[in-house]
Amino acid sequence: MFTFIARRFAAMIFVLTSISILVFFIFFATPGVDPAARIAGRNADQQTLMQVRHSFELDKPLPFRYISMMRHLFVERDLTSYVNRGAKVIPQLSQAIPATFSLVIGAAILWLFAGIFFGVLAASSKRKWIDPTISFLGIVGISLPVYWLGEVVNLITQSKLHHSVFRWVPPLGYVGLSDNPWQWFLHLIFPWLTLAVLYAGIYVRVLRNEIMVVMGEDYIKTERAKGASEKRILYKHATRMSLMTIVSLFGLDFGALVGGYALLTEVVFGIQGVGKLTFDSLQNFDLPVIMATVMYSSFFVVFMNALVDVLYAVLDPRVRRA
Amino acid sequence: MALKDSSEAIFSESPGKIALRILRKDKRAKISLSILGVIIFMSFMAPVYSHYVADSNPFESSLNATINVHGVEKPVLEPSTTGLGLGVTPIGPTWNPRSYFLGADGQGRDVMARLLYGGRSTLLIGTTAGLLCILFSLLIGIVAGYRRGWVDAVLSRILDIIWAFPVYLLAISLSVVLLTSGLTIGFIHLGPGSFALPILIIGVVYIPYVARPIRAQVLALREREFVRAAIGTGAKTSTIIFREILPNVMPSVVVFIPIIVSLSMLTESALSFLSIGVQPPAASWGTIINDGLALLYTRPMVGLAPGIMIVLTAAALNLYGDAVRDALDPKSRARGD
Repeated sequence: MFTFIARRFAAMIFVLTSISILVFFIFFATPGVDPAARIAGRNADQQTLMQVRHSFELDKPLPFRYISMMRHLFVERDLTSYVNRGAKVIPQLSQAIPATFSLVIGAAILWLFAGIFFGVLAASSKRKWIDPTISFLGIVGISLPVYWLGEVVNLITQSKLHHSVFRWVPPLGYVGLSDNPWQWFLHLIFPWLTLAVLYAGIYVRVLRNEIMVVMGEDYIKTERAKGASEKRILYKHATRMSLMTIVSLFGLDFGALVGGYALLTEVVFGIQGVGKLTFDSLQNFDLPVIMATVMYSSFFVVFMNALVDVLYAVLDPRVRRA
Repeated sequence: MALKDSSEAIFSESPGKIALRILRKDKRAKISLSILGVIIFMSFMAPVYSHYVADSNPFESSLNATINVHGVEKPVLEPSTTGLGLGVTPIGPTWNPRSYFLGADGQGRDVMARLLYGGRSTLLIGTTAGLLCILFSLLIGIVAGYRRGWVDAVLSRILDIIWAFPVYLLAISLSVVLLTSGLTIGFIHLGPGSFALPILIIGVVYIPYVARPIRAQVLALREREFVRAAIGTGAKTSTIIFREILPNVMPSVVVFIPIIVSLSMLTESALSFLSIGVQPPAASWGTIINDGLALLYTRPMVGLAPGIMIVLTAAALNLYGDAVRDALDPKSRARGD
């Protein structure tokens, strides 16, 4: 177990370093692109350009700049934006993190419950119409663009019906959990549902197929021959085994969500999280902010993946030896 | 007659033919292919529609135009009467295919015509990026799995890195740097408005999803008797790859195609929605949804219509993917689902 964790940790460090180098290269060494002009924002004057060149030390060699950039990002955390004069980037980022976590964790709980419930139902139901119906809904779920679904939800809850059925829905935005828990919940309920639909669709499909495959395994036949009840086989053996796949999938998705669909959901629902911060910076080409959000989010993803791998090894001893 | 029957029994069908026969009978395949056919045809006819039917240029704003609705002359962009009276409200759907069928967007452009042109961009970028991704993955997967050793180690690490990088963040980083100035490598220059950039970006980010399973499969195939036999008889590497390996990984590749194309399409529209995909004045379903954001409560059709098209296309692709998977996978057939 210890060697497994050590090896996984080394791999994580390798991937983290590579990603930081890759991001650094994308922003500072793309052929034919002047990084100073990018960082300074649109229509920057000569003086600002000079300032940028000076403060980012663009005349120094690349390896030197890489190290100094990492220092500014992670050690001193004093990277400043040039579009919003003098605004420190990292405090902006850390202020945005609670909103993103609230969104992502709530949605994850919803989609896990929905995915597992409907996945098991589709795989086990005796009624003929249930499996095709759930499969079809799963397909619709994975085909919905999350930002568009969010707009449709807004159209329903914030427009005409806002005066009658959806009077209790607060305007778009975000309220901190510590400020007002009830308002926090009300503000997030529709973003949670929207974000959960896609992943519930994926999990239903995966879990259903996985249970189907496991049900054909020899040990299930053995179990049946021993006279175990169908219920026991389904829950104790097939579903439990299939949940292993869900665990590893969940780790990947939960991490990737931060830089993916959560970003789009935050934009549509006006939640001031990391995604909205990235989006706003994208609109006015505030490169230092984008670089910081990209760097921190991808680090989070890599860390989550490593954590899931370790958890997986705890659950399934076979993995440790692989 | 009897002779024919027995000959059929002797010459059994190839696996590919069996799959194709099953697929032809599959209801899901039929439905999804017809939906896709209609959408592709409509998008293909975009210039014909905007030129001959709607008679409007979907890429030029017409701020002062008027149209005739049921004998009443109406401005396409009506000055807003609510609030401060600032801004304009574009005309809503007329449901008349000859003029502003789905209404106008904030710049007075025909939404229906833009929707059809948008479909062209989204379908073109989605399909090309998806196929590019499959092609690269096939190449990387086969080279890594067949060569093994340090080649495999290097390629696998590269895949690990792309895999760990959140898709949208990688795309955002690449787009934000490239889209304003374009990309110049040697004598090749890709302009900021070029479709090649989103295609390349989307094509790259999904490579690990396909290349990893292919690599694992090739790794396993290489140990199989028939491949070893081919190596033992001194067959050329290219012969082994094309005659022995490739035909055996093809089924999983075929299953990946509709899924990856649908994913690429969804990614393209999401990036365009974030204004880092297709650049104006060109349209894609994503950019039109973005246009519709400001008009959501007054003219919801602008944002709704392209979303419905995306859902239809993506769902049809995924449904087709399911049908293909079931047709190719004897296990799922045996399971009877």
